[in-house]
Amino acid sequence: MVTQPVQQTSPTFVGMPKFPVAAREALANTQQRANLHNATHTIRAKRAAVVGEVEDWEALRVAGAAAKDEALHHLGDYLEQLEESLTARGATVHWARDAAEANRIVVDIARAKEVDEVVKVKSMATQEIELNEALEAAGIHAWETDLAELIVQLFGDRPSHILVPAIHRNRTEIRDVFLREMGEFGRPAPADLTDDPARLAEAARLHLREKFLRAKVAVSGANFAIADTGTLVVVESEGNGRMCLTLPETLISVVGIEKVLPTWDDLSPMLQLLPRSSTGERMNPYTTMWSGVHDGDGPQEVHVILLDNGRSRVLADSVGRQALRCIRCSACLNVCPVYERTGGHAYGSVYPGPIGAVLNPQLRGTASEVDQSLPYASSLCGACFDACPVRINIPELLVELRGTVAEQGGHRAESAAMKAAAWVLSDPRRLAVAQKGATTAGRLIGKRTIRKVPGLGAWTDARDMPTPPKETFRQWWARERGDATTTHGAADPGGRAGGIPTTNDGTDAGGER
Amino acid sequence: MTAFTAPIAADLKVALFATCFNDTMWPETPKAVVRLLERLGCRVEFPSAQTCCGQMMTNTGYAGEAVPLVRHFVDVFEEYDAVVAPSGSCVGSVRDQHPMIAHLAGDPGLASEVEGVRPTVYELSEFLVDVLGVTDVGAYFPHRVTYHPTCHSLRMLRVGDRPLQLLRAVEGIDLVELPGAEECCGFGGTFAMKNSDVSVAMGTDKAAHVVETDAEVLVAGDNSCLAHIGGILGRQRTGIRTMHLAEILASTKEHPTW
Repeated sequence: MVTQPVQQTSPTFVGMPKFPVAAREALANTQQRANLHNATHTIRAKRAAVVGEVEDWEALRVAGAAAKDEALHHLGDYLEQLEESLTARGATVHWARDAAEANRIVVDIARAKEVDEVVKVKSMATQEIELNEALEAAGIHAWETDLAELIVQLFGDRPSHILVPAIHRNRTEIRDVFLREMGEFGRPAPADLTDDPARLAEAARLHLREKFLRAKVAVSGANFAIADTGTLVVVESEGNGRMCLTLPETLISVVGIEKVLPTWDDLSPMLQLLPRSSTGERMNPYTTMWSGVHDGDGPQEVHVILLDNGRSRVLADSVGRQALRCIRCSACLNVCPVYERTGGHAYGSVYPGPIGAVLNPQLRGTASEVDQSLPYASSLCGACFDACPVRINIPELLVELRGTVAEQGGHRAESAAMKAAAWVLSDPRRLAVAQKGATTAGRLIGKRTIRKVPGLGAWTDARDMPTPPKETFRQWWARERGDATTTHGAADPGGRAGGIPTTNDGTDAGGER
Repeated sequence: MTAFTAPIAADLKVALFATCFNDTMWPETPKAVVRLLERLGCRVEFPSAQTCCGQMMTNTGYAGEAVPLVRHFVDVFEEYDAVVAPSGSCVGSVRDQHPMIAHLAGDPGLASEVEGVRPTVYELSEFLVDVLGVTDVGAYFPHRVTYHPTCHSLRMLRVGDRPLQLLRAVEGIDLVELPGAEECCGFGGTFAMKNSDVSVAMGTDKAAHVVETDAEVLVAGDNSCLAHIGGILGRQRTGIRTMHLAEILASTKEHPTW
């Protein structure tokens, strides 16, 4: 018999505050800061090592991006081909426009099988549509079988990373939650459990095994869906996926429509790119591929739900559609200096980090505070673009989305300031007038350090302000070089190189940082 | 001085793009560029009609406001063989964003003008190493220095180790490696204000790495990043000075910049 599920905390992201507010809270969580620093730096180093040993990583990235682009540019055709191939091999294909439709299809199938529990393979698509909550509401318990997802579920927590959703927890916290919660959901953890990773894994293995052996229905996603062969592919590390994909009688896979790849051969670059980018391994331990139903072998009822949920809208955007190439490797999270410090929860979605800052406003729209703030949750440092195995230009997409948010209005002061700045900067005479304000301040302040500026606390609370100079460069040039725009250097006898003042005496200084 | 003159220099019509931030807040940097390039034999012009590349508007979501600035930029700079700017970020904006803004403006004429000007615009270290072909610019700077590669120099322009090649050739310099050098300092333009808590958290880690090196001077190719890191270094009373790459390269025994 299944024990009563305990879902004390809502694991959804509804009603999240905007990013800067959530980030401030996350920054103060010292335990999480330490956990994230250690974890991201470890994965970063592993990834760098295995990417560095590939002879032509860039060519592989280009091939991966090209395969995804080919699929996306003819998505309708490949999806129809996928449906035909899957159907011919005995699978049942369903189409879901949104989360509600997809959840209803899964619930209906589970009810038809008269089960009160399903086992789950880690899947971003089912997280995105909040399938577990929909199943719970229908009285069906969804057991996560990926170790990190199990940890998140036992905590009643939310995932904070695409690949390692419990990255914000350390092993001591994990031991404590195993001891406290496992018994509530099934086989309890051994009373003498330590925080030794091998002991923790063993406790999880024993706890999950009874669920694998008992379950009649499994739910998965898919990393790839091959149109010409009707093959779904799941890439994983722990073997829990293999158990779920082979043992139960019924298998339901929720697959985003962007997961389709045209041909079997397109898997080749993908299976090289994904493990190296995500876990920093040359090859992942388990790759499961299945094509429909095989008599007496594996699930005898195979359902595939093809999920849109905003994706076709993203596809219509000629710049934004490159985000649909994403293979959920999370390399961008691991290299992101913002993610490293805030963790995933601040992004208010199961998709955190740089790709989340793009995907969430794309898929959900920019109506909520958090989705409006996400495109700005980046310093545009570009580390994400460099790390992306399918060459998604995340900074470019963030800038594009900032435009979408700005067009909506709502930032009246900022909009007015930008318009004013553009007016000043489109004419050098106006700029020269505006600069007088800076140099006047510079003369008044002299060489003193600026520690506080009313209204600019966002800068001066933790940073000194640069002191404006007494003279702008343009003023100096006009004074020193007159109206002539040209000077001649050392090569020219008439040059005025000697006339350039030095600054070591500080007489014309200012401009000190 | 002749030893450091680049043979090609006198043949080029070179414009200094000071950038609006440097012009207004850090005039010592463009002055240093003028001094350095003239020392190498360049004829340098400062087209006084220049204003701004429009990056702040573009990156904040107001690309439409940047259209007149892009138009103005190509008008001012299209007649030059080379346009040199002491800012990886502003050059990155010209190179990576101006085509997008011209496209947004729906103006094919502007787009082709942008394509004409774009390849002539160089970040200082690119111009010195790639165009003039010099790494030893005859500078003298007897201090312990560490170098922070700013993100746009590193990942948009791919300047690579050009700034380090230039710094290594400076006489008297004690150049020390900055741990975690390639990590963003957290400035990020309006990010520094809109997400000031995260920005400061990133900057604090960067500042800590700078302190670890025992350097007297932190050098970079962008004064905006230096204002952020320097603002933290100053607030923490570390006593570490920030200087633009141009100011170190311009420094000589006769005219030291520090």
